[in-house]
Amino acid sequence: MSDTILVKGASLYGATTADLLLRDGVLAEVGPGLSDAGARVVDADGLVALPGLVDLHTHLREPGREDAETILTGSQAAAVGGFTAVLAMANTSPVTDTAEAAERVLDLGRAAGLVDVHPVGAVTRGLGGEELAELGLMHRSRARVTVFSDDGRCVADPRVMRRALEYVKAFGGVVSQHSQDPSLAGPTSCCHEGELSGRLGLPGWPGVAEEVIVARDVMLARHTGSRVHVAHASTAGTVEVLRWAKAQGIDVTAEVTPHHLLLTTDLLAGYDPTFKVNPPLRPQEDVDALRAALADGTIDAVATDHAPHARHDKEHAFVDAAFGMLGLETALPVVASVMVDSGLMTWTDVARVMSSTPAAIAGLEGQGRPLEVGQPANFVLVDPAAPLTVDRDASVSLSRNNPWHGRTLGASVVATFLRGVPTVLDGALV
Amino acid sequence: MRKHLLSIDDLSVDDVTTLFTTAAEMHDVQHRQVKKLPALRGRTIINLFFEDSTRTRSSFEIAGKWLSADTINIAAKGSSASKGESLRDTVLTIAAMGVDALVVRHPASGAALQVSQWVDASVVNAGDGTHEHPSQALLDAYTLQRRFGGPGSLAGRHVAIVGDLTHSRVFRSNVLLLTMLGAEVTVVAPPTLMPSGVGSWSREVGFATSYDLDEVLPKADAVMMLRVQRERMSGGYFPSAREYTVGYGLTRDRLRVLGPDVPICHPGPMNRGLEIAADAADAAQSAVLEQVSAGVAIRMAILYHLLAGEETP
Repeated sequence: MSDTILVKGASLYGATTADLLLRDGVLAEVGPGLSDAGARVVDADGLVALPGLVDLHTHLREPGREDAETILTGSQAAAVGGFTAVLAMANTSPVTDTAEAAERVLDLGRAAGLVDVHPVGAVTRGLGGEELAELGLMHRSRARVTVFSDDGRCVADPRVMRRALEYVKAFGGVVSQHSQDPSLAGPTSCCHEGELSGRLGLPGWPGVAEEVIVARDVMLARHTGSRVHVAHASTAGTVEVLRWAKAQGIDVTAEVTPHHLLLTTDLLAGYDPTFKVNPPLRPQEDVDALRAALADGTIDAVATDHAPHARHDKEHAFVDAAFGMLGLETALPVVASVMVDSGLMTWTDVARVMSSTPAAIAGLEGQGRPLEVGQPANFVLVDPAAPLTVDRDASVSLSRNNPWHGRTLGASVVATFLRGVPTVLDGALV
Repeated sequence: MRKHLLSIDDLSVDDVTTLFTTAAEMHDVQHRQVKKLPALRGRTIINLFFEDSTRTRSSFEIAGKWLSADTINIAAKGSSASKGESLRDTVLTIAAMGVDALVVRHPASGAALQVSQWVDASVVNAGDGTHEHPSQALLDAYTLQRRFGGPGSLAGRHVAIVGDLTHSRVFRSNVLLLTMLGAEVTVVAPPTLMPSGVGSWSREVGFATSYDLDEVLPKADAVMMLRVQRERMSGGYFPSAREYTVGYGLTRDRLRVLGPDVPICHPGPMNRGLEIAADAADAAQSAVLEQVSAGVAIRMAILYHLLAGEETP
């Protein structure tokens, strides 16, 4: 059983100050001046309380690449970042394309016990893009898989995508699409196609390779009456398509990563594979469009695409190095810098895009709930007055491919609570 | 000069002048019966080639040997990624043997720069993917300058660079060097073989672009033809070899448009009949073999200045 904890003087959503009494995993009382009798007291003076963050998009690498990350270390990084639930992508080895594989991820997550780890199921067997994986069996398993994705690869065949969208309607599933037309942006494409790719001689990854798939998928969603989710939206053109689709009433949601909200393609000028990510970093115009779209609701959620890699997998020539960057520990500080400090969003908005909306997209019960009496005590305390200077060697992730190293970001995570139990206090794992 | 030669951007006009002066002296050595200079005796140069090459590798090898360096070739074809070894490990292993200079050819853009960040030795970029090939540009400019009458003679000359610009490291290095030396450069290719974003880039660097070779040729003081790989057709870059030649080849008809003194350059290997007609390749005004000969002199100058410091040869 968890202790009774009194969190004193937190600023709920950065708006109203209140105490939170946590008992039996729920918010037993919420209000000013609560009695601390019998409770362990956590001083939250000056700290903003938000519902525990929910990440629609992580790569925890287990099973298969436990040298880069495990479900335990990924859970630790998530907790340090203020998350209470993460979705673990299916591109592990073996791929999460069966009920058994999904339950294994669920169980390892429960054993770690720091965040709720929900497996994402593969859309197609072995991420092969041809035959549907056992979507229904994964949903019927103990893991209750609801989000399906071949992430890392695009479900490129329109017929397969159509069938997947239709099939998961039976149980309220959603397909999260890695939008990359493989003919327009092949496996070596690694730099936003533009002046910089031309000068550097790097294979271009044009924005249109994403946009044509997003456009196709929203039309398929309209045709089938299904729901589609756009993973890691990265271009202004994608934002335009999403805005149009939502105006038509098409059931589409979209996420953006912290790195696409702040980092730009010019960072590739030194050929440092730390900045190699898929989709690639884009120019400032795209970054600006993504920020505006997140603020106005065209983009629904922030998701990290946390992608740990062993050091040697990044120490190749740029085109040969692995795609991806760390993100769990820095997501909230980045969003604080980019969206809150800039005045584009309030903390209530942050709670929406990093907690309640992603929880709703993934159909997670007990996550993303408001900070109200009776709700599960999943929340994070953020210090908006304590910028975070990122040191990659201070990370609890097993990997060091951290594009934020040396940067100072707008806020830091002080404490995280999962069902009333602190997983992080004073910025460190409990 | 700096410690490495990775890009034309590493060089100032003074550096280029110095290199060309030294190259001219080295060029004279080439015609002696005894070609060896003692300048780099006891120094070790490794030609680390991750990609097939005959002319560049042998040119660097001869250059090193004529300077009395111990020159060793290592062919490391096939990406180290596929062998499970990182590029960094491969390079550190070789550097640990005790090397003064690494001459690196790699199919990936940026590889030479990355290598230079990992090792203490001097690194010479002998071609990195579709990024740069600075020694080729230096030998091209040196060849043209000799044709035009020596130091300073490139200023105001109009050079046309024609072919597969997208995939050409020769183009990327040449456009930087020729503009630095005051030449007016026009690059010519069909739109599919123009590098992305070339519009803003060309304005910044100061060169012109064209899709029309016949408009550019009459005003050219020199023509540089680039190799076009036949594989590009399957990538949809152009429909057929025949159509490419009609649009962008230096054909016999186009040769007549050129003045008799206009040098024709090609970095090789040539696709005779595709981007360059035999008549043009073998014309009296062709500079192709002069380029090869100048290549050794330029590479001697590069190795000399990187390894022997500022002493005179």
